[in-house]
Amino acid sequence: MNATKNEAPERDVEELLPWHAAGTLSRRDAQRVEQALAADPELARRYALVREELSETIHLNETLGAPSVRAMETLFAKIDAEPVRRPAVSPNLGARLAGFFANLTPRQLAWSASAAALVILLQAGLIAGIVLKENQPAGYETASAPRTAPGAGAFTLIRFAPQASFDDINKFLEANKLSIVAGPVPGGLYKVRVAQTALPKDELARIVKKLQENKLVVFIATAQ
Amino acid sequence: MQTTSDEVLIARIAGGDRLAMQVLFARHHVRVYRFVLRLVRNEATAEDLISDVFLDVWRQAGKFEGRSAVSTWLLSIARFKALSALRRRPVEELGEETAEQIEDQTDDPETALAKKDKGAVLQKCLTALSAEHREVIDLVYYHEKSVEEVAGIVGIPEATVKTRMFYARKKLSELLKEQGIDRGWP
Repeated sequence: MNATKNEAPERDVEELLPWHAAGTLSRRDAQRVEQALAADPELARRYALVREELSETIHLNETLGAPSVRAMETLFAKIDAEPVRRPAVSPNLGARLAGFFANLTPRQLAWSASAAALVILLQAGLIAGIVLKENQPAGYETASAPRTAPGAGAFTLIRFAPQASFDDINKFLEANKLSIVAGPVPGGLYKVRVAQTALPKDELARIVKKLQENKLVVFIATAQ
Repeated sequence: MQTTSDEVLIARIAGGDRLAMQVLFARHHVRVYRFVLRLVRNEATAEDLISDVFLDVWRQAGKFEGRSAVSTWLLSIARFKALSALRRRPVEELGEETAEQIEDQTDDPETALAKKDKGAVLQKCLTALSAEHREVIDLVYYHEKSVEEVAGIVGIPEATVKTRMFYARKKLSELLKEQGIDRGWP
């Protein structure tokens, strides 16, 4: 059976690879795929093809541009021509509750939040007091690393593998001297600084290529 | 900073909130446009269609029950509009070859390969897939839709979604092979 498996990975697992690469599988299915990938080199090779397709599909779609302002103008002209409607009640309880909170004035929201925060603070104080009695504080250090102006440097857009943990990503960022400056934007992309100063195009391309080889990186492109 | 959720925006739109409509449009219109453009392959038509899509949202917001993500709902409406527009097109415009001539602005495969740019060839082959295959690949890879969501948008069973994606990828490999790139699969 193993010999057969090496030649042709299980079809049902193989069919899930695109969703695994895109990070849209359930935790259970993702674990199943991860285990199969670890055990089957041929499946892992095919997964690399999937990641390649994913990257180029994103590239292709991103080159399609955006609609002109005409689309929005047309839409709102049509909306203005619609009859005035009375406020409707959404059948979705969650949305209605969310809408209720969202519709509170900033002042009402601030008072409610302050009251809630006070309660939490009192609880936190009590808990902290108990913990501090038991454990001596180890002290702390302020973040003293030199700050860089937000717009300065060389940047890339990175989408991390869905199964990557925060710990994995932190280690990856540290190992490559990277820092996230923005994101995630729609599409799960993060803007990542790769150098404190602007880099020549070739140098930036070399860095992008190197980072692309890391398993945690699903998609990477240079950014302004 | 926390942004207002799509569901809250829809609830506000249901109440006639024009500003909420603007926010929702700003948040989603580019992706909806790209999805439609890949189906209809005509920028002017795609622009007209996204206005229609969001007008439907304005009209139907009160009926949105939150059973799917708002982005999934938008793509379902967009797909319906795009297919309706394609059906209205004159017969001679429906051929894939004609459509590719209109849309295709990338290098031809030979030129791209000459540049040793595998990515460009892959993108070229992605545009050469049938509308059905392009659609499923875009929904999974670009719009990040789960099997269940794709099934809801396209209106097919989940098992068919997986099979369709598998065959779309298989076709892509075949197209790549024709262009001299053998991926060793299928």
